[in-house]
Amino acid sequence: MNNAYVYIFIMFIVTYIIRVLPLTIMRKKIKNKIIQSFLYYVPYVTLSIMTFPTMMYATNSLVAGVSAFVLGLFIAWFDGSLFKVAISCSIVVFIIELFI
Amino acid sequence: MSKISVFKEGMKDGIPIGLGYFAVAFSLGIAARNAGLTAFQATISSMLCNASAGQYAGYTLISAGGTYLEMALVTAIANARYLLMSFALSQRLNPKTSLVHRLLLGFSSITDELFGIAILRQGYLNPYYSYGAFSVASPGWALGTMLGVIAGNILPDRVVSALSVALYGMFLAVIIPASKTNKIIRLVVIVSFILSFLSNYISLFNFMNSGTKTIVLTIVLSLLAAIIFPVENGDNYE
Repeated sequence: MNNAYVYIFIMFIVTYIIRVLPLTIMRKKIKNKIIQSFLYYVPYVTLSIMTFPTMMYATNSLVAGVSAFVLGLFIAWFDGSLFKVAISCSIVVFIIELFI
Repeated sequence: MSKISVFKEGMKDGIPIGLGYFAVAFSLGIAARNAGLTAFQATISSMLCNASAGQYAGYTLISAGGTYLEMALVTAIANARYLLMSFALSQRLNPKTSLVHRLLLGFSSITDELFGIAILRQGYLNPYYSYGAFSVASPGWALGTMLGVIAGNILPDRVVSALSVALYGMFLAVIIPASKTNKIIRLVVIVSFILSFLSNYISLFNFMNSGTKTIVLTIVLSLLAAIIFPVENGDNYE
């Protein structure tokens, strides 16, 4: 394993540069439509990839993981609140694993 | 309005965000612990980054033993949305706003939630509003992460298992409501789910660790989506 502090430092620097560049140096809008669209889609793609199927394997039992994913989809669809979705997923895992 | 009253207003709006952060960061702390980070290291990274998906992707890469270059790439990809938010927010600043304020705002105002409340303000954004919100929300994030690492060692295995899905729940709360209102995003999300699932079984991907897989899939799929469905106004994060 490489040095944890170097990893953390890289995470910090890259994250900060991304956040601060448009506010400071690159104040003009991006004109190129493809780049604009690319940046628009990136968060949805990357969050999707990080969530599925990893979420289903994150728990002790696969059944609980799958249930949390399905319930999370459902609640996020009908009520977008971050906190509700996160807590509901945890609760369903806890309840199901009580019986396994 | 005075700086202090704007700051206080930000603090007030930051409270519910801080509470939500606390719960989700707990789950992030568990991920950090699984990656082999100490409570101190995880807390430092939360204080410096304040980035849910970015930190999670980073921790995944650490546990996979990725290179520093991979770390830079995966962080950039997982946080690319902040670039758009920063563009949007820069349009809402008084052009006379000093460099110091701009540098501070870059640190304190660009997360999904803090950006969300800042961009809803009327007129030019007063930086002190964002500072106020950050001052309340950010400790929730750092503290949650720290307790996630520590409690992950103390709490029963069953509780840790339950809490570890909260972070993914947060990701779902970002992508699913957008999929509901936008058919193209829905399609993009579904295709991403399918390919992410398949990539676990396709031998072409075997030589990549999960961080690199995320980078490659994200770039390819987002580029395809951008070419097939270009958006009219890419920074419409408002």
